[in-house]
Amino acid sequence: MIDTLSWFVVYPEIILLVMTCVIALVDLSVRSPGRGLTYALTMLTLAWVAIVTASHAIAGETVYGFGKMVVSEPMGNWLKCFAALALMATIVYGRPYAADRDMLRGGEFFTLGLTSLLGAFLMISGHNFLVLYMGLELMTLSSYAMVALRRDQARATEAAMKYFVLGALASGFLLYGLSMIYGATGSLDVAEVFKAIVSREVKHQVLVFGLVFVVAGLAFKIGAVPFHMWLPDVYHGAPTAVTLAIAAAPQLAAFAIVVRILVQGLLPLAIDWQQMLGVLAVASLLIGNLAAVAQTNLKRMLAFSTIAQMGFFLLAMLAGVVRGDMVNAQSAYGSAMFYVVTYVLTTLAVFGVIMLLARQGFESEEIADLAGLNQRSPLYAGVMAVGMFSLAGVPPLVGFYAKLSVLDALISAQGTEYMALAIFAVLISLVGAFYYLRVVKVMYFDPVPAHVAAPIESGRDVRLVLTLNAGLIVLVGLLPGGLMSLCAQSMASVLKSIGT
Amino acid sequence: MALLSLAIWTPIVFGVILLALGRDEHVKAVRALALMGALVSLLLTLPLHLQFQVDTSAMQFVEKAEWIAHFNVHYHLGVDGISLWFVLLTAFMTVIVVIAGWEVIEYRVNQYMGAFLILSGLMIGVFTALDAMLFFVFFEATLIPMYLIIGIWGGPNKIYAAFKFFLYTLLGSLLMLVALVYLYNKSGGSFDLAQWHKLPLDMTAQTLLFFAFFAAFAVKVPMWPVHTWLPDVHVEAPTGGSAVLAAIMLKLGAYGFLRFSMPIAPDASREWAWLMIGLSLVAVIYVGLVAMVQQDMKKLVAYSSVAHMGFVTLGFFIFNDLGVAGGLVQMIAHGFVSGAMFLCIGVLYDRVHSREIASYGGVINTMPKFAAFALLFAMANCGLPGTAGFVGEWMVILGAVKYNFWIGLAAATALIFGAAYTLWMFKRVYLGPVANDDVKNLSDINSREFLVLGLLALAVLYMGIYPKPFTDVMDASVADLLKHVALSKLN
Repeated sequence: MIDTLSWFVVYPEIILLVMTCVIALVDLSVRSPGRGLTYALTMLTLAWVAIVTASHAIAGETVYGFGKMVVSEPMGNWLKCFAALALMATIVYGRPYAADRDMLRGGEFFTLGLTSLLGAFLMISGHNFLVLYMGLELMTLSSYAMVALRRDQARATEAAMKYFVLGALASGFLLYGLSMIYGATGSLDVAEVFKAIVSREVKHQVLVFGLVFVVAGLAFKIGAVPFHMWLPDVYHGAPTAVTLAIAAAPQLAAFAIVVRILVQGLLPLAIDWQQMLGVLAVASLLIGNLAAVAQTNLKRMLAFSTIAQMGFFLLAMLAGVVRGDMVNAQSAYGSAMFYVVTYVLTTLAVFGVIMLLARQGFESEEIADLAGLNQRSPLYAGVMAVGMFSLAGVPPLVGFYAKLSVLDALISAQGTEYMALAIFAVLISLVGAFYYLRVVKVMYFDPVPAHVAAPIESGRDVRLVLTLNAGLIVLVGLLPGGLMSLCAQSMASVLKSIGT
Repeated sequence: MALLSLAIWTPIVFGVILLALGRDEHVKAVRALALMGALVSLLLTLPLHLQFQVDTSAMQFVEKAEWIAHFNVHYHLGVDGISLWFVLLTAFMTVIVVIAGWEVIEYRVNQYMGAFLILSGLMIGVFTALDAMLFFVFFEATLIPMYLIIGIWGGPNKIYAAFKFFLYTLLGSLLMLVALVYLYNKSGGSFDLAQWHKLPLDMTAQTLLFFAFFAAFAVKVPMWPVHTWLPDVHVEAPTGGSAVLAAIMLKLGAYGFLRFSMPIAPDASREWAWLMIGLSLVAVIYVGLVAMVQQDMKKLVAYSSVAHMGFVTLGFFIFNDLGVAGGLVQMIAHGFVSGAMFLCIGVLYDRVHSREIASYGGVINTMPKFAAFALLFAMANCGLPGTAGFVGEWMVILGAVKYNFWIGLAAATALIFGAAYTLWMFKRVYLGPVANDDVKNLSDINSREFLVLGLLALAVLYMGIYPKPFTDVMDASVADLLKHVALSKLN
């Protein structure tokens, strides 16, 4: 079962695990308040992992390891690479913020970040329901602990409790659903389950019964309505650095687990889960966008905006199989991947600016706190504006192409119901445009209020990464072709592996 | 030489440099750089005019390169007789706006100038894009700089206006986006406009497409009854913003009708022409009457813009060459005239800080030079022969009479209303005795303002006296378009 190839498959995970342990040990001797050495080692590790996964991804091979427990293929490797880069950006943005808030007394911010990334990696490379579940648990447990890093703060602790209880419930749902499917098909292996369902020897009712729980569990994790209740509270309550750690890299892993379970494992049940995703998507778009309008807190607004964006992502996922035909699958799932990747890219920049503006004793998380930012710093106002316009889906920024490819996936499905969904999606995104524009309005049109007038201090690393991040949003917006093809090809190899 | 790319990207590059490096501390350098950018961009568009072949309807100066391979989107540019003049008009108006905002804009000058330069490049992109997705990207991207221009440098109620502008126009174009993706799938994976023009479509599809395009373009033009955003936005926008909005941005919508609605859905266009003609006549007559009762000069000119754009859409949907060419000439003429009218209001506003007609009276006594310009533009606005305003309206009315006498008659009444509201405003603002101390203390226009208005006056007169260069360029393309629209796509 275990051969040399197996080690190759989990090479990134091994690096990550070993380095996490090393960093945890080295950190014991670090005395500086900014934890410079830990920071440097973490960055090096992440860069190393990103390079390794990128080189695996470019090689483009699909390799299974440990008796098909894990898989290394382009989609997974690209997602891992992006997740590592996202965590890098998160830590660069989050370190000064965390240092100001007494969260760097130990190195947990770094090590928990790394273990949550390790969990994400397992979710991405898992090819077995148990491995996937294990990865999910590792990732979320690390996240629960990170949310509670400021244990003396009531709001953060409350958020951690909420996150933990609801997250555990969701995991329970997922596990229960998976066990039903295991019971029906007799296998935990993704490909075996697929084959068992295709053979039609399995009772459909049992499968669908399990499927409902699986979809509910996944919906909990990505925050789709009506399983979204935890998301605004956690986004709001967690320290902003941790909010970003939850909002960025884990979304990529969530996409991977959705693909592994729903597409690679349960694609023959697509007709059933597509309907569920349809309800979730419409509800998420509606509630997310409408609730976001009413928010005055920027983090809460972004939480509801995330819910709405996940609605778009679900729309892409449900357009893959049309009347039993798979011709649309590659473009639909490819557009879903593109959507999630670009969403993470944009989210990073937006939270980066929020943390940059925060300082000791001032969180800068109300929308009103951004007032007059353009006068204080045209650069950071520009970064934030780019992020907001991108999230609103205004060309030539990357968010537009994400929405465009989702619309294309829906419309190319050629059905009245898909057309109706497409029209609904564009109309509801008009509501979205309103609240994103409001942030731009506050930054550009409003005068600077007295309580935020202090000069903005930022490290060189933060400024560099933030500028780079916004530059990427524009650049990928001007030339989106490369990333689009990358996503489409990644999905092509996934679909090939399940024999379609 | 990639002339069109240069015309698009030169102002954008200058704009980005201004945004990145400009500071209010060295405002002189910022202004100089902005003017240089605008002038270089204008010079770069001149060869387009000189080398343009008037005897063909084919696209010229074509550039084509792959842009988004995954969606088969191409960076495909070209101009024909329909779009050529708008490229020049855009570059010209940008120079005007930069000079007009010279000392008037006092804070964040680099952002103001940068926004206008970028906007200019984007609008040239809209006029030259031959790929539907490229068109849409430019079309939508123009919203961002305009939103900021209105919101940062606008009047007291600027935020309301900025949101209304952005959301109103976004709603229309989102529906168009769905139509574009639909056509992309229908045409077997292509965003090429020329291919879409040949694509056979059944009547239901054509009707739906027609109305999706209508949603985007009618809002932009704007046609009655979706014109309500325009007066609000014009009133609050800074002078330069109003000028560009009226002179060029409204034309994006009308241009869209010619490039998308009519050739892609010709049968639906003919089927629904009665609706378009009806709405245009309402705009021409009813909105003309609305303009008459306005107390605010900018609102008055805004309503007059709606009325004039009604002429344009009327000309397009009567499907004869006089009408379409007249509509195009009217678009260019209105670009000069409405821009000039807004700049005139700007001149007064900078001095008195009021747009109310009632705050003025007898301006001619203290600002004789300025009043002369204002009179010329007012005459052009009511379509006096010898000015730019006359040519287009006259052609459209002729075309309309050819199509149906009563429609022609109704359109012709607009000339009366136009004269009424423009001249009445002129009388109340400029003529008579000096009304109050504000007017008494007015100083006449300085050399910078003289230059701006003088350039526009030259353009207005030239176009009015010798319109041949304008119509010559259009003839072949308009004839070709009409021939195309006359053919049914149903089969």
